[in-house]
Amino acid sequence: METQLTLEKWPGMISTVTIGAKKDEGGSRLNSIEIGGQKSLPLLFQEGQLPNKPRIAYEIWDIPPVDWGNQLESAYGKSINNPLAWAEQCVKEFKAEILCLKLQSIHPDFGNKGPQEAAEFVGQLLKTVGVPLIITGCDDNDKDNLVIPQVSEAVKKEKCLIGLAVQDNYKTLTASVLADGHSIIAQSPIDINIAKQLNILISDMGLSFERIVIDPTIGALGYGLEYAYSIMERARLAALSGDKTLACPFICFVGQETWKTKEAQAEINQGIAWEAITATSLIQSGADLLVMRHPKAIEKVNNFIKKLYKE
Amino acid sequence: MLIIGELINGMYPEIAKAILVKDKKAIQDVAKEQLFCGAGALDINCGPASKNPLVDMRWLVETVQEATDKPLCLDASKPEVISEGLKAAKNKTIINSTTADNSKLDILVPLAKKYESKLIGIAINEKGIPQNTDQRVQLAADIINYCQEYGFPIEDLYLDPILLPINVAQEQLGDILKSIREFKILSDPSPKTVIGLSNISQGAALSKRSLINRTFLIMAVACGLDSVILNPKDNELVDALITTELILNKNIYCDSYLEAFRKK
Repeated sequence: METQLTLEKWPGMISTVTIGAKKDEGGSRLNSIEIGGQKSLPLLFQEGQLPNKPRIAYEIWDIPPVDWGNQLESAYGKSINNPLAWAEQCVKEFKAEILCLKLQSIHPDFGNKGPQEAAEFVGQLLKTVGVPLIITGCDDNDKDNLVIPQVSEAVKKEKCLIGLAVQDNYKTLTASVLADGHSIIAQSPIDINIAKQLNILISDMGLSFERIVIDPTIGALGYGLEYAYSIMERARLAALSGDKTLACPFICFVGQETWKTKEAQAEINQGIAWEAITATSLIQSGADLLVMRHPKAIEKVNNFIKKLYKE
Repeated sequence: MLIIGELINGMYPEIAKAILVKDKKAIQDVAKEQLFCGAGALDINCGPASKNPLVDMRWLVETVQEATDKPLCLDASKPEVISEGLKAAKNKTIINSTTADNSKLDILVPLAKKYESKLIGIAINEKGIPQNTDQRVQLAADIINYCQEYGFPIEDLYLDPILLPINVAQEQLGDILKSIREFKILSDPSPKTVIGLSNISQGAALSKRSLINRTFLIMAVACGLDSVILNPKDNELVDALITTELILNKNIYCDSYLEAFRKK
């Protein structure tokens, strides 16, 4: 017996964010991607337009990764020890359509590299791969504030997505993103009220909602997945009901959260499943960008997306 | 919550003057200020002293819709003046208003249907002002029945329980709040509800008007009020309205929630 869906006509819609600038826009990316633009709740194709499917970004670091575990690293082999080779492998071998670069080398405990070096690395990365870039700092506010402006300038024409702005530290990042034509990741600690507040603070500085992506801070399956899920759901309902301040696409750092769990580390196939299921669950609450680690988990989730979007 | 800005009314001397000398800018400025403060529609009233309401209504509608595409609430006691406004309007319209008398309903319901306008129906008839909830509900039911028989969509009907001044009919205010709740269960789909808020403080001490207005509004919203005709430039009033809606979980809280509403 077919279920009858109650379909709504929503007055609002999610803003569309573009990442990556091609030659004709002044950049050097070979492709650009669009996320957001939904006029309905996730996957309710009958109800309203869902013009952009969720996208997966391969997570790379500017140094060999720390605490990823042998099993996960072995998916990449030797190239993981050379960040540029690692990036190239993601694109050439695994067909990554977008990369998320973590500037871990600038962290005081992981190399303490300065703005100049970080900017140089990013410049080389631009020459190595042609996909759009997400760039995040090292989560040390002071260091990020020192380094990210110069990195942002180094990728000035490329329409990157740069993070992470938080409620207590957003001004420096917002100013750079605004000046250099990028979009920003606004992170809140599983708190919808702070997510909304941060978006308002950022937009008060002149950055439009079309250049903000929300990171609700997800938890992996078994570690608080449902909290972020609920927040994403509430935010989407509010956005579609007309609240522009929450009408932004979502980014979920699935890989980083999943692979720290003991379940993922216990056995590699379990880890792949853990990462895939965390990702697919969040797609159902509106995730637009998923930052993931294991190529096999990414393949599974890509197939999931293809089936849902009937490609 | 639909906020209908009440300031374009010929009873205000500056508006009457602007109408007289055909000062478009003055009217458009008042329109824009109200919209900026959160109004989602604008009430248009030539005022009781207008010598030529047909001309004035047309001029006001044409002037305001140059400045905004928001809905216009055509406010007149004579149906022919409302009709003139409907003919001139390019924007969506709300007819303000009909009573429960057939003499008014016979003209205004067909007009509302013809122009796809929303319709405000006031719970009053020739026999006079209702004295309690039951009488208000009966009048509201009469209006609903008429609309249903005529095929006018009930979701586009806004019922007004007739708000009376606090220093004239204080004992009725509780009933008026009750009526807002009761109107909504008179039919399925539900009609909407509206009040002309400033009525409650008419004649009260000037320094108390704002406080009386916003306190009643909060109570009315808690009783299910859908829309309100008020002065949007009263910031405390609009702030109280936004906060009431927040408490009723209509919007998501954030520390700058007042600003967030105005950013909408």
